[in-house]
Amino acid sequence: MSARISKGYITHHPIIEFKRGKKVKFFFEGQVLEGYEGEPIAAALHANGIKVLSYSVRYQRPRGFFCAVGKCASCLMEVDGRENVMVCMEPLREGMRVRRQRR
Amino acid sequence: MRYQLGIVGGGPAGMMAALIGDRFGIKTILIDDNPALGGQLIKQTHKFFGSKDHYCGYRGFQIGSILREEIAKSKVEVITSATVTGIYPGFILGLHHKERYQEVGCDAVIVATGAKEKFLIFENNDLPGVYGAGAVQTLMNVYGVFPGRRALMIGSGNIGLIVTYQLLQAGVEVPFLVEILPEIGGWFVHAAKIARAGTRILTSHTIISALGEEEVEGAVIAKVDDQFHPVSGSEVTIDVDLICLAVGLSPLSDLLWQVGCRMEFIPELGGYLAWHNERMETTVPGLYVAGDVAGIEEATTAMLEGKVAAISAVSHLLGPSDELSAMQREIIRELDDLRSGDFSQVVSRGLRRLYDRP
Repeated sequence: MSARISKGYITHHPIIEFKRGKKVKFFFEGQVLEGYEGEPIAAALHANGIKVLSYSVRYQRPRGFFCAVGKCASCLMEVDGRENVMVCMEPLREGMRVRRQRR
Repeated sequence: MRYQLGIVGGGPAGMMAALIGDRFGIKTILIDDNPALGGQLIKQTHKFFGSKDHYCGYRGFQIGSILREEIAKSKVEVITSATVTGIYPGFILGLHHKERYQEVGCDAVIVATGAKEKFLIFENNDLPGVYGAGAVQTLMNVYGVFPGRRALMIGSGNIGLIVTYQLLQAGVEVPFLVEILPEIGGWFVHAAKIARAGTRILTSHTIISALGEEEVEGAVIAKVDDQFHPVSGSEVTIDVDLICLAVGLSPLSDLLWQVGCRMEFIPELGGYLAWHNERMETTVPGLYVAGDVAGIEEATTAMLEGKVAAISAVSHLLGPSDELSAMQREIIRELDDLRSGDFSQVVSRGLRRLYDRP
């Protein structure tokens, strides 16, 4: 089993060949990050080491994703000013502005 | 727009149902909330068992591609990135698609929405880094994201065993898999593979807590007694940054509740599901179920159930025929064969309980 990892992504996998979109820049809390176009925003954030997607409303507990298939609503973020975007489903585009929602 | 057959969910069951509908000349629409068809097949890298008819020897994602290509060649209309939000009188499907609400009318509907992962209660279970096993599969097998350095797997059913192997393939260390029951739940062949690769499978063990402030930095596991209570003094702290829950699935049956199907609670099949018979007919005439939403199993049975449901829908739309019922009986027989093994005892018992309720 000989996977190779680079910058949070699996670059060589024993079985799977990943077809990725072109590299794009996007913003997370004002910080410039890189990801691949078309992958879910949550995947790009995770590859960049960002696991905390928001803080819970009442107790400010950190929230990450859980299901990655648009069912659990644990990954809601603000994207280009739109609130409550499920970032595990929403494809990444060049220049997107992604923020943790605060309410 | 009006269609004869509307199928909600484009996984193995829904895609197969759509292909059968199309084969009988039925005007069919297939709707899925993901960006592409395939359901959970797209992240399954293990090879399937069974016979040639059941895509034996192919990996899950390859089966997904084959079905997707067949659908592309057919007359089936496909809408992806669309969520069906409700099924209204006259089988009007409400759709949320491209930031808009739309409606699609159908004469018959097959609900093949699949399942969602079950959760587990333990301290700090909401920390980022506690993920469903399926979520980790999506992250690493579909998008090639490295999910974490060291993982703890919880649950030794086939999903727990297979995803452990896939984590190892992706370069993640998996020192431990804990299983609360005294025996491994999944197939021996999968368990043996991960044991050979160095994962210790601890039966009669569970997770007590996740450790960490902002994200998972460790976990505490412990032995359990025969009442499943943790044995005090047996706690061990382990160094992990990823905790995968593979503690079962439950049917995604929201639409079936909403539409007014009679619902039954069958723990052997994953929880609440719409009552149905072996022809996949629910208590709502013209509405059928197939795949995990009709009881948690796996992709091979889901595809066969998709065929059975589609044949029921075709008979409803075009009128019954000897050809259709013979074809359907044959597939139901195949399903019975697949479920005759030891590992299907629980599912078979659940289905018997379901069918026995009038």
